[in-house]
Amino acid sequence: MPMTRRDAMALATGSVAAYGLGAVPARASAADDAVAAFTGGAEPAEGGVVLDVPEIAENGNAVPISVSADGAAAILVVSTKNPLPRVATFRFGPLAASSSGSTRIRLARSQDVIAVARMEDGTFRRTSASVKVTVGGCGG
Amino acid sequence: MAKGVKPRVKLPKTAAAGDAITIRTLINHRMESGQRKDGDGNIIPRSIVNRFTAEFNGQSVIDVQMEPAISSNPYFQFEAKVPESGEFVFAWHDDDGDVYVLSRRIEVG
Repeated sequence: MPMTRRDAMALATGSVAAYGLGAVPARASAADDAVAAFTGGAEPAEGGVVLDVPEIAENGNAVPISVSADGAAAILVVSTKNPLPRVATFRFGPLAASSSGSTRIRLARSQDVIAVARMEDGTFRRTSASVKVTVGGCGG
Repeated sequence: MAKGVKPRVKLPKTAAAGDAITIRTLINHRMESGQRKDGDGNIIPRSIVNRFTAEFNGQSVIDVQMEPAISSNPYFQFEAKVPESGEFVFAWHDDDGDVYVLSRRIEVG
């Protein structure tokens, strides 16, 4: 990754300052709303989705995550305590070899991350995982 | 165009027909979240890449809707099927309307 340690530190310091200045943390219901918007109100069944996150993330500005769900057409990733709950939506095309993807995300502080998959048959699956963040990223 | 944007992609040059190949992509971008404030307490305006797509011979592999919670210098790893020789086209859509495009040929032997 081309980001140097110095960049990371500068970003982290800046974000902590911004957070202290009164960014309003989202309530848990904002995350629920984001999930409901994705499922159209349907209640997703637990399991059938794999969400890989570190238990402890030292830098909330770049937390590596992987999601996968066999037979998923799309996967939504939601944070429960970022200022903005939605993180990313992966949509898999006909040439995706697997319904999986990895990226790096910002987490403002320790919280649960939720992954919701829309399966090809139109049903929804969910899972969640908790991440402890040592230095928060100014996520959103 | 945002400054210092440079897309990069890593994938094999050749593959067997029907193989699943792993693709890794990275683009240099600040991904300003719109949540931060400057020294005077003014919000720094949002400026992110909001969508990433990968296509092979015109067919979709992956289409990611990105929010400000994606880290700076967005990185993606995913798997694609390659039924025949052809061209991958990767596109990153910036908030300012710019689209950064990169294409890569792959030969199926």
